[in-house]
Amino acid sequence: MFADYSSTELLSIFAMQGFAGLSLFSVFVLMAMGLAIIFGQMGVINMAHGEFMILGAYTTYLTSQFFQTYMPGFFAGYFFVAMVLAFLISGALGAFVEWAMVRHLYRRPLDTLLATWGLSLIMQQAYRSIFGAREVGVNLPDWMMGAFQVTDLVELPVNGLFVMIIALSIALAVYLLMFRSGWGRKVRAVVQNRPMAEAVGINTAGVDRATFALGCGIAGVAGSAFTMIGSTGPSSGQAYIVDTFLVVVFGGAQSLIGTIVSAFSISQAQSTMEFFLSGSMAKVLTLLTVVIILMLRPEGLMALKIRR
Amino acid sequence: MKSSSPLSWLKSREGLYYLALALLLVVILPLALDPFRLNMVGKYLTYAFVAIGLVMCWGKAGILSLGQGVFFGLGGYCMAMFLKLEASTPEATAHQSTPGIPDFMDWNQVTALPWFWEPFHSFSFTLIAVLLVPGLLAFIIGVAMFKRRVSGVYFAIITQAIASILTILIIGQQGYTGGVNGITDLQTLMGWSIRTDAAKTTLYFVGVGTLFVCLFVARWVQNSKFGRILVAMRDQENRVRFSGYDVAAFKIFIFCLAAMFAGVGGALFTLQVGFMSPSFVGIVPSIEMVVFCALGGRYSLLGGVYGALLVNAAKSGFSESFPELWPYAMGALFIGVVLAFPNGLAGLYRRYVMPLEDRLFSRKPAARPARPEPARREDKTLPDHLSVEKP
Amino acid sequence: MNKDDFLLAVEGLTVSFDGFKAVDDLSFYLEPQEIRVIIGPNGAGKTTVLDLICGKTRATAGSIRFRGKELTKMKEHQIVHAGVGRKFQNPSVFEDLTVFENLEVSYPMGHTVMGSLAFKRDAAVIEAVESVARTIFLHDLLAEPAGLLSHGQKQWLEIGMLLIQKPALLMLDEPVAGMSVAERKKTAELLRVITRDHTVLVIEHDMQFVGDIADRVTVMHQGKVLSEGSIDHVKNDPRVIEVYLGH
Repeated sequence: MFADYSSTELLSIFAMQGFAGLSLFSVFVLMAMGLAIIFGQMGVINMAHGEFMILGAYTTYLTSQFFQTYMPGFFAGYFFVAMVLAFLISGALGAFVEWAMVRHLYRRPLDTLLATWGLSLIMQQAYRSIFGAREVGVNLPDWMMGAFQVTDLVELPVNGLFVMIIALSIALAVYLLMFRSGWGRKVRAVVQNRPMAEAVGINTAGVDRATFALGCGIAGVAGSAFTMIGSTGPSSGQAYIVDTFLVVVFGGAQSLIGTIVSAFSISQAQSTMEFFLSGSMAKVLTLLTVVIILMLRPEGLMALKIRR
Repeated sequence: MKSSSPLSWLKSREGLYYLALALLLVVILPLALDPFRLNMVGKYLTYAFVAIGLVMCWGKAGILSLGQGVFFGLGGYCMAMFLKLEASTPEATAHQSTPGIPDFMDWNQVTALPWFWEPFHSFSFTLIAVLLVPGLLAFIIGVAMFKRRVSGVYFAIITQAIASILTILIIGQQGYTGGVNGITDLQTLMGWSIRTDAAKTTLYFVGVGTLFVCLFVARWVQNSKFGRILVAMRDQENRVRFSGYDVAAFKIFIFCLAAMFAGVGGALFTLQVGFMSPSFVGIVPSIEMVVFCALGGRYSLLGGVYGALLVNAAKSGFSESFPELWPYAMGALFIGVVLAFPNGLAGLYRRYVMPLEDRLFSRKPAARPARPEPARREDKTLPDHLSVEKP
Repeated sequence: MNKDDFLLAVEGLTVSFDGFKAVDDLSFYLEPQEIRVIIGPNGAGKTTVLDLICGKTRATAGSIRFRGKELTKMKEHQIVHAGVGRKFQNPSVFEDLTVFENLEVSYPMGHTVMGSLAFKRDAAVIEAVESVARTIFLHDLLAEPAGLLSHGQKQWLEIGMLLIQKPALLMLDEPVAGMSVAERKKTAELLRVITRDHTVLVIEHDMQFVGDIADRVTVMHQGKVLSEGSIDHVKNDPRVIEVYLGH
């Protein structure tokens, strides 16, 4: 498939597709981080994670509409407001879902999976009732349009770069929160020994709720990033749950760096292959490769050898 | 301890439940429903095959597969390929630029029958393939996953990824698979039209007969020592391993069996409905199949059958009158079953109806009916949410 | 003595978890019919040694010879078939099965997929199950689900599940932990019966109990053998006293 291109052309194609994949990478990183926080830390998998992302995307859409209509002067800054709102709204819903449903299902991960799938069906249909089945898109403020011209063939999209910076900053924040703060220490204590954590006075139920809400909130921010790469529809999120989970598992469920590395490799592989093959075949090949690698190395890329 | 003849259990209370199901499917429904509705029931019953497999695999052995649609679809596609080839005689397709190949291939500029279509000229090959193609794929997945001790949520998601891969593949390769429309316009089976009411009724009864064969096989497996080892494995996998069992081999076997059941269901589905498409393969149908089993009762074979019938009947009912409400109902069903009655209808029946039966027929409680349902057993070992050990 | 003359010869056994050596260059030998007790402070690597022998954990280096076979290369179920039975620290019985079924599952027949499908509950099986059930004091509870047994009864059931396999080597991880005094006495009695015709490797903390049953005692500390010999020998070993009584 490379035969038709010269080597400089190939290099530019790789670079171009690589930069084009940055937005996908950002969405993956944010989605996977949210999922990994919930899954890796609590053993619960949230199949409605994609719908939480779409909630963030709709929030971003509504914010952009609001700014356009009522405060066109501040439109340039709407994205920042939207991200914060997306985080808060998705996080609040996450806390509610944890209280109403998930907390009854700890220790039954497979059942959690089914129940959160039910939740995802309800959320999708709710989006359909409220926003209609048609997909919606956001308008970007001027400063986020356009691209840096790196060479004749390679250009760097501003919005992709911007979203990536946001994603990596959030990753850093999560790292600091989880590994450098008192709250993170509590979370890790609960993960490692729940009865003991309770015994030393940690409110484990509160930690569970906050962790779930945090994961869902980050999914909401992923939704803001998602508006950069595609239009938002009621079931846009569903396609992402498998990919995201594979990103998490591929990176090793407990490793933040692993998640980022695996999000990078999967999004780049997909983006690069998309240029040469049809989109669907690129997807098949990416998923298949990941599944096969996981079959060979089920503990993921960066797992520790732990005494069990 | 007690066993006179292999069929003596039919006289027990359990036998009566099977008899009641037979009565419902063979006598009551055919008398009560018109051929169109009966055909619908026949279609729902094909999902019961998947549900039985899931009861064995998920309920008994604790292996949740979210990719049963893959096996259902493979069985269905095998049958559809045979029927499509029969429908694509050179005479019937004389107007095509390449006569003698299926119409969708011609539309997609495929000029010769692909090699993997060739054997599906033979009906006996097709019947074997309906069992073996799903079985073989399940075997490969099973060996790769279970030998490396992948289980729980990991296994579930990887099967879901496989469902997603296969769907994308089928849709993407439309020249070979019929793409998103699937393989349609299937008319005859060895010269016998499958579209008439009489044929559909006949196929319904064939379906019911096959279902009972599968139920009996499943029941036999469940009541053998193999069945007890499955339950033991769900409970204490390590203890089984250190009692000298190759745990992976048992898991692979039950996963393959469930896949073959699903394949048979898929093949019957194609016959009943007259087409097969990727919309029965992907993530969404696969996980819906799990809810059939969950609603009926994940530990009960008969529960699985009733679950498949009820959910599908409800789906048709809703989609006819309130299509926009169905997803809410389905979502609520997922949540409700899992939160409120994880043992499904069978669990409710055991708890509330069976004591009534006991009083009504003034029987002593059945020999050992009160064995506590292993309600939350599957996940007792929380650290196993990461149940990937070093190989 | 050639090392294959021993029932079990462990030599240079090492396992490391991310650089931490839980078992470090460990060697010891078990003669047929011997009762060996491993003692040592928490974290000494005792349970890991059993894990290594039964295949639950893979050795980083070293060899485990059992009746002329190298166990480090074998799968768990093959090790069981070679004649090694292992009881876990927490009672692990099949709570959804009856006591009878628990023992029957452990009966050494029908261990393959096909074998288990064809398995018949014949007179020999029932006889074997009932005889073991008598030994472990559970004969009256055969029809009970194992989940309803007391903690001590579960421990006995698990020991029974090993006995019915007729292993050449029995490994017990803290068999009397968490038991009442009465249960403890009964278990000691049970172990004395068992030890008449089995080679047994036990991990135990209860020194009274150890003194009662052990032929030889191996003291482990930080993954290594600290001392080995009769109970009196190790009790008077200054290094052992140092480790137990502190600095």
